Amino acid sequence: MADLKLLERLCTAQGISGDEGAVREMILEEITPYAESVTVTPLGNIIAEKKGAQRAKTRLLLNAHMDEVGMIVTSITKEGLLRFTPVGGIDRRILPGKSVMVAGSIPGVIGAKPIHLLEGDEREKAPSLDSLTIDIGALSQEEAEKLVSPGDSVTFVSLFDTAHGMIRSRAIDDRAGCAILIDLMKKELPYDCTFVFAVQEEVGLRGSKTAAFAAKPEAAIVVESTTAADIAGVDPDKQVCRVGKGPVLSFMDRATIYDRPYFQLAQKLAKENEIPCQVKEAVAGGNDAGAIHVSRGGVRTAAISLACRYLHAPVGMISQEDFHHAEALVEKLAMAIAGGEAE
Amino acid sequence: MNQLQEILFQLCQAPGVAGREDGAAQTARQLLSFLPDVTVDTMGSVVAHFGNLESEHHILLDAHLDQIGMLVTSVNENGFVKVARDGGMDRRVLPGSRVVVYGKETLNGIVCCLPPHLTDGGEDKVPDITEMAVDVGLSKEEADALIQPGDVVLLPGEPRRLLGSRVTGAALDDRAGCAALIRCAHLLQDESLPCKVTLLLSTREEVGSQGAETAAFREKPDLAIAVDVSFAEQPGVPAHKCGKLSEGPMIGISPVLDKPITDTLQRLAKEQDIPYQLEVMGGRTGTNADEINTTRSGIRCGLVSIPQRNMHTPAEICDLSDIENVARLLAAFIREVGTSWQI
Repeated sequence: MADLKLLERLCTAQGISGDEGAVREMILEEITPYAESVTVTPLGNIIAEKKGAQRAKTRLLLNAHMDEVGMIVTSITKEGLLRFTPVGGIDRRILPGKSVMVAGSIPGVIGAKPIHLLEGDEREKAPSLDSLTIDIGALSQEEAEKLVSPGDSVTFVSLFDTAHGMIRSRAIDDRAGCAILIDLMKKELPYDCTFVFAVQEEVGLRGSKTAAFAAKPEAAIVVESTTAADIAGVDPDKQVCRVGKGPVLSFMDRATIYDRPYFQLAQKLAKENEIPCQVKEAVAGGNDAGAIHVSRGGVRTAAISLACRYLHAPVGMISQEDFHHAEALVEKLAMAIAGGEAE
Repeated sequence: MNQLQEILFQLCQAPGVAGREDGAAQTARQLLSFLPDVTVDTMGSVVAHFGNLESEHHILLDAHLDQIGMLVTSVNENGFVKVARDGGMDRRVLPGSRVVVYGKETLNGIVCCLPPHLTDGGEDKVPDITEMAVDVGLSKEEADALIQPGDVVLLPGEPRRLLGSRVTGAALDDRAGCAALIRCAHLLQDESLPCKVTLLLSTREEVGSQGAETAAFREKPDLAIAVDVSFAEQPGVPAHKCGKLSEGPMIGISPVLDKPITDTLQRLAKEQDIPYQLEVMGGRTGTNADEINTTRSGIRCGLVSIPQRNMHTPAEICDLSDIENVARLLAAFIREVGTSWQI
């Protein structure tokens, strides 16, 4: 069983791309007792070597990313409002009226013009990104500048709720992957493995690109969250994957064509071990595999993901069973690959 | 100011959408328990009396207790919850928002939205609310057991302190007005007033002021002052249609409002060094003053508004100092007019 308390701590920490320090500290504290060696790379990735019962037949890297999407303050207006730009893929249509935290601890809200003063088609149109600002209650530029500077990070205010077998939280993408890898590191494993907790996935896979270069693996498993569109108003053939139907296996997305034998091995292991799993039914999105599989002379790569609704919104949703099953399948696939299967 | 914040935050945290104000009414009753008789009338409005209850001179102070929100209309075949607006909810703030569904259990839900990975980001149109759905993470069977049509759905927007004495929260329209009235009663608590004062926290303003209309009929005051929120300057809103946040109560001037009351409020603000601003309207005010004014054979009515940004979103912002100054202005009015009865 994966650790929900650990996931809650990780999801509550703030760490947009480029500002992953708080998450990194938390992970270092968790994993250091279980690692043979721990390195923090120049960009801030964690590379941890975990000793197993024997040397791996295929040198395997397991990767999850620490960063989350958010926003960054770009300037302060003379009225004391904060201009900002998204960090990672945020849909501007979900921004108006949201509560945020600026620079870790300063409460703010993203303003929206009162409905009474909207004209013409404004009522049914999402405001442009350029028109949105964050209001921290400052009445002047000077007052705001005492607490906030351009470059400060902004995250959504959210919750962590585990009612009725689900997990509703901010930053499930990809703290859930981090939680699974941390949990695996705490176990006795048959083979040596390298664990990477990567920075800057959401802004172009920059952490994993450099970590994979440093770690020189032969094979990799990326543990991620992926878009579940099994929601109201979406045709079944456009739902991509479904919450509660098990971990998601990818054959291709917009960044990677995955290793075919590993994809098949994962399905075989799921069947043998009675772990439910599903195949991602769309070539969409992308993750750290895109950088890892082309590292150095090429790395055979698989991805196991959690089906997550409302990815990149203030509250995402995954199923607790999927979370536990994903950990089980990652462990099975990792040990099979490290043990030399599908070579 | 801290006491006022405590009152306001308690009021904002209590649920009370139009027509279903019982949660907010209960909190308001507790906050008014220092007054001898506090009752809830047929329409759910909270009514308290103080001053000389035998006096032939009678002033009514009104603020509305209800907030905007949504009601459940049905649960669809996949367990998603369909909703209708209760009051002027701005649908632009809904996609991707966290909501609370008050069913047999209190459930955290998310208004369905597609992630950016599956949209091209160019779609400007915000869907109609009848096309939206709330995801509570339950199957059809589980949802049917806990949720039924008519259940309340709110955007939470927890009250938070911003810079200076500014605050943000979801129901500041018009819990800010309710707090001003409660605070006014505190200010007058130990004084012997020659007139009778009715403090009315009225229901259903957002759907047509039915609470104020019926309570004003029953209470038969000679004079009334309504306290609501009004537009404060913010980006995208023409400055000439707005007051300014933190610059004091907005005294309403309109053909439908009583001129001597309006003039007296201005004079008292000057005399008492209470900052104020004028809000001139050409006719109806869009507040309870419109209905109170035409009750029975007519009730002379004034209007004082608290400047607010982002009205009808979960990101409403007010300034505690404006609320406190409204309370001081009302207290000054009651002291003077209640004694001299020359107006």
